[in-house]
Amino acid sequence: MRTRGVVAGLAVAAAAALVAPALSAYPLTLLTQAAIVAVLAMSLDVLLGYTGLASLGHAAYFGVAAYAVGILTTEYRRGFVVCLLVGVAAAALTAALFGLLAIRATGTYFLMITLALGMVVWGLAFRWVSLTKGDNGIAGVPRPDLPLPWNLGAPLPFFYFALTATVLAWALLGLLVRSPFGMTLLGVRESESRMRALGYNVWLHKYLAFVISGAFAGFAGVFWAYYNGFVSPIDVQLVTSVETLLMVALGGPGTLAGPALGATMIVFLKNFVSVYTKRWLLILGAVYIGVILFAPRGVLGAFRR
Amino acid sequence: MTPEFWIVQTFNGLSYGALLFLLASGLSLIFGVMRIVNLAHGSYFLLGGYVGLSVVWRTKSFPLALLAAATAIALVGMAMERLFLRRLSGQTLGQVLMTVGFALIFQDLALLIWGGDPYSLPVPLPLQGVVTVGGFRFPRYRVFIMVLAAVIGAALWLALDRTRIGAMIRAAVDDAEMAQGVGIRVPTVSLGVFALGAFLAALGGGIGSGFLGVYPGLDFEILPYAFVVVIVGGLGSLPGAMVGSLLVGLLDNFGKALFPELAYFTLFAPMALILALRPTGLFGRA
Repeated sequence: MRTRGVVAGLAVAAAAALVAPALSAYPLTLLTQAAIVAVLAMSLDVLLGYTGLASLGHAAYFGVAAYAVGILTTEYRRGFVVCLLVGVAAAALTAALFGLLAIRATGTYFLMITLALGMVVWGLAFRWVSLTKGDNGIAGVPRPDLPLPWNLGAPLPFFYFALTATVLAWALLGLLVRSPFGMTLLGVRESESRMRALGYNVWLHKYLAFVISGAFAGFAGVFWAYYNGFVSPIDVQLVTSVETLLMVALGGPGTLAGPALGATMIVFLKNFVSVYTKRWLLILGAVYIGVILFAPRGVLGAFRR
Repeated sequence: MTPEFWIVQTFNGLSYGALLFLLASGLSLIFGVMRIVNLAHGSYFLLGGYVGLSVVWRTKSFPLALLAAATAIALVGMAMERLFLRRLSGQTLGQVLMTVGFALIFQDLALLIWGGDPYSLPVPLPLQGVVTVGGFRFPRYRVFIMVLAAVIGAALWLALDRTRIGAMIRAAVDDAEMAQGVGIRVPTVSLGVFALGAFLAALGGGIGSGFLGVYPGLDFEILPYAFVVVIVGGLGSLPGAMVGSLLVGLLDNFGKALFPELAYFTLFAPMALILALRPTGLFGRA
């Protein structure tokens, strides 16, 4: 099963890489978007699917990293490596701080606290105009300046760049969830009291999962800022957090392939539907309700059991 | 910082808090009885404002507009609870996603029906102008909101504390299973509380559109405020919603006036502090 998952994941990535040169600009853009958002969805699933914590503020860590990249590239002209490190570190630190407040709570309380903490970040992005340019957002984020033979400003090389990052994140997260640490998280999800009785430090495991999840969300945020060339409060708003939850729920929580699949489906759906109709919010709303009513364990969950 | 600044800002904060109380008290009760995090609660506020507006345009009657808006949205809330949310009891994530789905649908329908322009509910003449007290001038409409919220708060408290139905609701908040066991029809109580919550939120939206206006995006803008009130005050607690609303109204107003760049931070940071000290909120029970 384990090897099958790895093979399937690599096959999908390879297929995407092979198909990409044949695609026109628009689908390629969407595929790039899907690859980046997939990392965000997978990072959330470490909390939701593996640890059993439904976070409603996951866009915060994604956004903090994106803002870090936005500010570092436009104000200080920093290169990719600095941006990546600072972005991920900023996201992890934010998660480390928020986790101290959030991890004490369980269930619905956890949901509400993470929602409110996410709103703190949104509020700062929206109001702290001297740093974040407020509602206007930070425009003109350049593409990475790595010493590569390909120009990352072009769509195809940037897609490969993003895809490589996604595969890397997927591999790291895969190792994490299969490690003894990941197994402990599953134990916490199933029964916190039993794990505590067995002598595990439940708080610490949840806290570490929270920080790691935030760091990977930041990893996605770094690439998102480079992809979009633009960072704005939209990246950290509540709807973005909720949409990430939907991706995980749609694909199937408790797997890594599920969230990636869900992310791809939502990215393509959103963009295709908005081409044909102005009423795409209505349709997206119906998708939310439909997923919960008809596929409560997600697409992968429906196939599994 | 003149004394006038402090008095005017305190007044503004308290009157905004009074409006928040209408929104948040329902959210808190809904949570208390059903453990549902209703992300469509801000939509009730938005729709209440829009429906009130349409009724005022047709009938020119302000009280009728508020009543019609609140009743119509209460029916919407009941339909949501009865047809959809009830199937998902105990599934936190499912409930969240479903209520978000509804919030998106309501948002788009509101845009379809009322368009993207901001509107303001015309306030009847007796509520226009200012009241002068000790040399300070206070907008009459905001005084009206405070009085109305106080009356509704008192009525809610009396109903919850002194009536049989109130006792049933409190029993369902404390322990739904046990309440069911002693013969209280918890599903009916849930439906009623959901209707009450939607009613109050829409009433707040109707009243709020007299000075906040009503515009696309108001739903997700006001929702976090309601959440902060409920978190600070304690889930399912009416006194908590009262104190929380006034606290949040004041924090928000002074935050925006004193530290404009950190306005939301000054709202959310104290909340985080309260949570760190009392995870169940000021009046909540574990």
